Amino acid sequence: MSLPTTREWQIAVGGLIVLIGVALVPFFGSGYVLSLTVNIAMYTVLCTAWAMFSGPTHYISLATAAFFGIGTYAVGLGLETLPFPVLVLVAGACAAALAAVVGIATLRLSGVYFVIFTLGLAELVKQVVTWWQTNFTTSVGLYVFTDFREQHILWMLLGLAALVFITSWAISRSKLGFAMRIIGNDETVAKHVGIDTARAKVLLFVISGAFIGMVGAILAPRFAYVEPPSAFNTMISFQVVIMALLGGTNRIWGPLVGVIPFTILMDQMTAYFPNHTPIVIGLAFLAIVYVLPHGVTGLMADLGKLRKRFKLVAANAGEGA
Amino acid sequence: MKRRNLLKTITAATLASAVLAGGAYAQETITFGASAPKTGPLAGGAAVTHWPAIQLWVNDVNERGGIDVGGTKMLVEVIEYDDATNNENAIRNIQRLATVDEVDFLIAPYGTGINLATAPIIAQYGYPHLAVTAVTDGVDEFAERWPNTFWTLGTSRDTASNAVDVLAGLRDSGAIGNRVALVNVADAFGIELANAGKPALEEAGFEIVYETSYPPTTQDFAPIISAAAAADPDAFVAFSYPPDTFGLTAQATIANLDVGAFYTGVATAFPGYLGANGAAAQGVLGIGGVNINDPGMVDYIAHHEEVTGATPDYWANPVVYSTLQVMEQAITQVGSLDRQAVIDAIHNGTFDTVMGEWTFDGNIIRDYYTVGQWQDGKFVAVGATSPDLPVSEAVVKEGWE
Repeated sequence: MSLPTTREWQIAVGGLIVLIGVALVPFFGSGYVLSLTVNIAMYTVLCTAWAMFSGPTHYISLATAAFFGIGTYAVGLGLETLPFPVLVLVAGACAAALAAVVGIATLRLSGVYFVIFTLGLAELVKQVVTWWQTNFTTSVGLYVFTDFREQHILWMLLGLAALVFITSWAISRSKLGFAMRIIGNDETVAKHVGIDTARAKVLLFVISGAFIGMVGAILAPRFAYVEPPSAFNTMISFQVVIMALLGGTNRIWGPLVGVIPFTILMDQMTAYFPNHTPIVIGLAFLAIVYVLPHGVTGLMADLGKLRKRFKLVAANAGEGA
Repeated sequence: MKRRNLLKTITAATLASAVLAGGAYAQETITFGASAPKTGPLAGGAAVTHWPAIQLWVNDVNERGGIDVGGTKMLVEVIEYDDATNNENAIRNIQRLATVDEVDFLIAPYGTGINLATAPIIAQYGYPHLAVTAVTDGVDEFAERWPNTFWTLGTSRDTASNAVDVLAGLRDSGAIGNRVALVNVADAFGIELANAGKPALEEAGFEIVYETSYPPTTQDFAPIISAAAAADPDAFVAFSYPPDTFGLTAQATIANLDVGAFYTGVATAFPGYLGANGAAAQGVLGIGGVNINDPGMVDYIAHHEEVTGATPDYWANPVVYSTLQVMEQAITQVGSLDRQAVIDAIHNGTFDTVMGEWTFDGNIIRDYYTVGQWQDGKFVAVGATSPDLPVSEAVVKEGWE
C-alpha cells in the first residue's frame, strides 16, 4: 500500500466538506428534508457497503435485508442491557458472523445460484427469528424506545458513511482489492495465479455484511417497533441493488450518484402517484439494464472516452488542413 | 422547490377562478394529512377500513359546510400519501405533511407497527394522534410515553379473554362441549392473542386438544384443519390474519369441520367474508363487532354504502370515523386550531360518535366490542369489555351450508 496521492487528498478534503455540509442539514432544512436526507444517507451506506463486495466480484447479493435485520434485532434485544454504541458494534459483529458462516458455505456457488441463495437467506433468518420468538418469548414485536431523534440518526449514519468510504478506498488499494478485481474479471485465472479466491471473497463479504448490520442497528431507534416483516424487508435488498447498479459499481462513490436521484425519484413518485410505485421500480430496473448497463459512472467514463476521441479526431483534422 | 411552485400556481389559479366567478367567499380550509398504505401487504385492509371512512367523513363535514371553528365554518381538505406499508416511507410522509404541506392536523396511520414508528415524530410536532388500527397490550405504556396519543381499538388481552367468555357462555348453556382446538398466525398480532387466549381458556376450564401456529405466508390449511378435526374439538379458535382467515374458513367448509363454535381473527368482520363464504359464514365468530341494532349504526352503514360505494367492515371502519368525529368536536370545543388545546380537549371531553358516547380514560377507550358473530347475513356484536354495551346472544354453529 502506498501513500495517498495529492488528488486523493483533494477528494478526501472535498468529501469531508460535503459530509460536514450534510451534517448541518438538521439546523437549516425542514423536517421533511431531514428525513429525506436520513433515507439518502441510509441507502448511501447500504449501497456502498454492498458494492464493496458485489462491485468487484460481480456477485449480486440479495442478503442485504438479512444483515440489516440482524442489526436491527441486535439493538431490539440488547437495548436494556448494553449502551447503544456498543450495540452498534455488536450488531456489526453478529452480521459479520452470519456473513462468514454463509460465505464459507455458499461463495463457492456463483451466478444465479448465489443470487437465489442470498434471497432465501433473508427469508430463512426471518422465519428463524419468528419461530424463536413464537416459541421462546411472549411476543414477536420488540420496542426500541430511545431519546434519539432524526438528526442523531443522521449524524451516526454520516459517521458510518465516512468509515465505509475510507474502508472501501483502503481495500481498493490493498492486495485484497487487487485480488478481487482479478476474481471479478476471471475467477479461474485468479485461482491459477495463486489467489485464495474463497478466502478473499468471504473476507469481503464479511466486511460488507458488518457495515450493513450496523446500518440496521442505527436505524432501529427510528422504527421504535421492530418485528420480522419490517426488519427483514426484502424490498431493501432489491432497492440497494437497483440504486448501486444505477450509480455504477466501478467507483467507490458510484453508488452515491444512484442513491440520490433514485431516493428523490421514489419520494416524488410516492407523493404524486401513490398507486404506481411497483411499476416505477420495474421500469427503473429495465432502464438501468438497457440504457445504463454500467451505471451513471460508466456512462460518464464512456462520455469521457468519446470526448477524447473527438478531440483526437479534431486534432488530426487540424493537422491535415 | 418544484412542488412549492406547483402548489402556489394551483392556489393562485384557484383564487383567480374564485375571484372571476365573483364568489366573495374565500372559504378558509383546515388541512388534514393522511399517510397510510395504498400498496404493500396492508393495502387490502386499509382499503376496507381506513380510506373509505376518511372519505366519508370529509364528505359529511364539507356537506355540513365545514367544521365550526370559533364561529366560522372551515372546509376540510385531506392530503393523502401512500406509505407502501413501510416504516421509512411512513416517517418521511409524516415529516412531509408536517413541514412541507404544513397540515393543521394528522389522521393516524394504519397498522400497529407503523403507528408506533411514527408516534415519536407525531409527538415531536405536537399533533393529536388518534390511533385506531393498533391492537396491542402496550397501550397504557404508549399513552404515558406520548400523551398526545389516543388508543381506540383495545388490547389483545381483552380481545382474547372476551372470545373465551363467549365460548364459556355457549358451553355453560350446554350448546358445546369442553374441547378446544387453538391455532394462531405467527406474527405479532396472532402471538399476542394466543398468549392471552391460552391461559384464559385453561382458566375457564376448557381442554385444549390441539394447538399449533403457522407462518403468515401459509397458503394450504388442509393439514391444520384435518389435524384439528382429528382431535375431535367442540370449538375451533384461530387468531388469524386476513389471508388465512379466509383460507381457514374455506378449508373448514370443504372438510365440513364438525364444531359448535368456529372463531377466526381479523377480516371475519369484513363484508368480503360474507361474500366469500356465503351461507357457510352463518354462526362464525370473529374479532370485532358493532351494535348492529343501533339506528345510528344502521344509518352509518347505509350512508357509507351510498357515498363510498362499499360496505364498511363491522369493526375498525366506524372507529376510524369516530376518531375523526372526536377531532372535529374537539376543534369546535376549542374554537381554534391550537393543537395542544385540542389534545387537552380530547383528554377531558365527552364525544358523540357513531360508536356511541366516547370518553377517554387515560387516553384509552376501554369500553368496546370485542367479539362478533355472523347471524343471518349480519355481523352482530356478541362480546364487549363492558356490560354497558348491549350485545346479542351468541348462537351455536350448525354446519357449513
